[in-house]
Amino acid sequence: METTQQFETVIGLEVHLQLKTKTKIFCSCANDFGGEPNTRTCPVCLGLPGTLPVFNKQVLDYGIKIGLALNCAINNVIKFDRKNYYYPDLPKAYQISQFDLPIAKDGFLLVPSLNNELKKIRIHRAHLEEDAGKLMHDAVHPYSLVDYNRTGTPLMEIVSSPDMHSPQDAYDYLQTLKLTLQYLDVSDCDMEKGSLRCDANVSIRPKGETKLGTKTELKNMNSFKAVKAALEYEIARQTSVMLSGDKIIQETRLWDENKQMTFSMRSKEEAHDYRYFPEPDLVPFTISDEKIQSIKKMIPELPIDKYHRFIEHYHLSDYDARLLIQDAPLADFFEICAKNFHDTKKICNWLNTQVLQELNERKAPISKTLLTPDNLIMLIQKTDAGIISNLAAKDVLKIIFETGKQTEQIIEEQGLAQISDDVTLEKIADDLIRENQKVIEQIKNGEQKALGFLIGQAMKKMNGKANPKKIGDILQRRIFHG
Amino acid sequence: MTLQTLTAHELLNLIKQKKTSAQEIYRSISSQIEKTEKDVHAYAHIFQNPKIEESRECPIPVAIKDNICITDKLTTCSSKILSGFRPPYNATVIEKLKNSGAVFIGHTNMDEFAFGSSTETSYYGPTHNPHKLECVPGGSSGGSAAAVAANEAIWALGSDTGGSIRQPAAFCGVVGLKPTYGRVSRYGLIAFASSLDQIGPITKDVRDAALLMNIIAGYDEKDSTSANIPIPDYTQALIDNVKGLKIGIPKEYFIEGLSEEVKRAVFNAIDLLKKQGAIFKEISLPHTAYAVATYYIVATAEASSNLARFDGVQYGLRIQPQKTRKNPIVDLYEETRDAGFGLEAKRRIMLGTYSLSSGYYDAYYLKGLKVRTLIKQDFEKAFETLDAIITPTTPTTAFKIGEKANDPLSMYLSDIYTISANLSGIPAISIPCATGKDNLPIGLQIMAKPFDEEMLFRISYTFEKNKNH
Repeated sequence: METTQQFETVIGLEVHLQLKTKTKIFCSCANDFGGEPNTRTCPVCLGLPGTLPVFNKQVLDYGIKIGLALNCAINNVIKFDRKNYYYPDLPKAYQISQFDLPIAKDGFLLVPSLNNELKKIRIHRAHLEEDAGKLMHDAVHPYSLVDYNRTGTPLMEIVSSPDMHSPQDAYDYLQTLKLTLQYLDVSDCDMEKGSLRCDANVSIRPKGETKLGTKTELKNMNSFKAVKAALEYEIARQTSVMLSGDKIIQETRLWDENKQMTFSMRSKEEAHDYRYFPEPDLVPFTISDEKIQSIKKMIPELPIDKYHRFIEHYHLSDYDARLLIQDAPLADFFEICAKNFHDTKKICNWLNTQVLQELNERKAPISKTLLTPDNLIMLIQKTDAGIISNLAAKDVLKIIFETGKQTEQIIEEQGLAQISDDVTLEKIADDLIRENQKVIEQIKNGEQKALGFLIGQAMKKMNGKANPKKIGDILQRRIFHG
Repeated sequence: MTLQTLTAHELLNLIKQKKTSAQEIYRSISSQIEKTEKDVHAYAHIFQNPKIEESRECPIPVAIKDNICITDKLTTCSSKILSGFRPPYNATVIEKLKNSGAVFIGHTNMDEFAFGSSTETSYYGPTHNPHKLECVPGGSSGGSAAAVAANEAIWALGSDTGGSIRQPAAFCGVVGLKPTYGRVSRYGLIAFASSLDQIGPITKDVRDAALLMNIIAGYDEKDSTSANIPIPDYTQALIDNVKGLKIGIPKEYFIEGLSEEVKRAVFNAIDLLKKQGAIFKEISLPHTAYAVATYYIVATAEASSNLARFDGVQYGLRIQPQKTRKNPIVDLYEETRDAGFGLEAKRRIMLGTYSLSSGYYDAYYLKGLKVRTLIKQDFEKAFETLDAIITPTTPTTAFKIGEKANDPLSMYLSDIYTISANLSGIPAISIPCATGKDNLPIGLQIMAKPFDEEMLFRISYTFEKNKNH
């Protein structure tokens, strides 16, 4: 009797990425998100009879950049092909895509996984194509409407090899891929807005079997979490089909986010014959080695390399390094701070907690805020020196984000400096000892809680500005040594 | 004055001498249309009150094939499926003509989507040959050729995918040029077969063809397949001298099916050019026999994809299904396309869909592309030692309306001499060379190297100048 543990999962992912070029892929309409329906259109992207596509060279540059970052070979000659099918959001009834000469092929992505190992996921190919429009249905009208604003948005389709073996693998791959693409600054990578979309191919096979099982293709996942959930559901479904002795049917299945289930959309028999053939309206393009080299120079340090460098050079923990590289501007900010302040652990503590929280609230990259590395270092130093309390430091940070004022100025203006001068503090300690004889007895009997109570009283008297560590020291000295 | 019978260069001279005006020329065309259009039916749509500006460079009345887009004018490819379609933009050739001051008379009738050699497959009914009304004008630019031959326009634009300018020019006794692929922008030409289509002039004489080419030719950044090569002044190529030019006569073009009168006319033309000093040589273009088959695979494959957009969603005809059979959108597609396309269009869409289908692609489309390369190489080799190649334009003179309508194969064979120029991308011209039985014109075809339209003009001009002497 076979059981769940006897199967191995095989997953391959197809990611569609909208490239944020200035104009669309085959016409000069603005490439943007949203807008009143059918306002960002022209005869070319509407596919009107007689119009012809003209290839946007910025798309080519982005395509090469992505290909290189994914360690792909760039084809020196590329061409476009027509993928023929009928759908109301596809005004020419064919999509201009790439069939047998994609811009990039045979690459890989190194994916850090939870247990600190790097998994190598191969990239089978990546090609350029145009996006379709959007259908708008509602429950009221007996018709649907089409918005062609999205038609002609440049897309890069990145196809992985079937190298992933669990939903978590797929999730990690997507995270790493997205981060890499964000570093390249070629796409918004926003799944909610549809600028990054993912279809998954999944099959299972008995462990030890080398032949691939029959796959199903999953569509309609709107987040990485949904991809994971859909895969989990589908693996369980396929497993139970296999265990019951039935055969998996090759088909396309849609993920239903509400029901958390996949549903059959079409079987292989109903699959389209796309009748690919070379697009006669566009001539093949040659990509020179010089061009590839010049684009290679424009690729920034990629997240995986940054991760390794941070650990090696700054001795960061895996956790800190991993968190920092998630946000390229934040990582850059960290490096500037680290140049001027030796305690990289402390910088990370600030960046990866309070600062990150502020950034999340503001939904802005750190480069677009008023916080500067100098100001943050000053804040860390003031806190370290006991000049302000940790609590006050958080307030200072908030004010920096709001006003951009210098740390010192804020401390002064807000009167946040802790009172640390011995004369004042000792007077307060004496007063407290006099007023709380009962508590003193308890402290003498070793009740630490009672000391805390006294420190609290001192803070109250000083409107929270006393340096709590210092007043504690003074109280203890006076109580035990007179 | 019978201005409508004159050529553009004659009219431009009269204007220069202040002996006529753009208005007067237009009126002469208008009244000719009133007289003969009911018999000829050259036009699919005649434009009311066209813009006429005196003192423009070239205020010549021009007829435009119904597959070339003009802003806000019905542009229907003479198909029901494009009923009511008025493009919101001008084709590049229209922009260029507009800038020269040309006067647009109307959209001319054509075989539906340029699928045909007789203009009988038009949704608007057939065009008649002005030389003999019961005969076809040829096709698919039959309306354009008939309009010029019937003096219902001074100039016309046609499009040529497998002979659609040259064959009707031959049948109607006018000059028709298919330029080199990439010489004239295709932007705004509703595509039949994108890798074969070219827009070209149909005129009364060779000088007019050169003048019209001066206006429409040239690189266009809107057409990625247009060639970024400077264009010469084509009138400079109108040289009455062919001394020493080496011209090939391909033996594969003089075979069974070629009528005696056409053969005789072509050899008479060759004799005339010989007397003028041209050197002739029999040559072989060994893959000629495969041209028609190759053409019908490549052209229909591209057409099946190009015509897919006519689906009733955005423009043109839409048949709203009365009841659901499959699903609402599929029903709409099927009913619209079933009602909108004629028989020949459906035949070609099915042929093309078949040859691109998975499992058949290698055997048909891919093989077609390979044979196309071989045909192209035949010409490349020939032009290593030749300046031009001369052949008949068509195997026969114009046939009767209805004669081949139910015999697609014999209809396809009427393009046998013109198709190779499209497959290999070279320029080719048809000029009237004689009159045959029943007063029907006979055309002579001259082909040259890519982008050497000047050679065509030189030989054609020499022939035209000397044929009546």
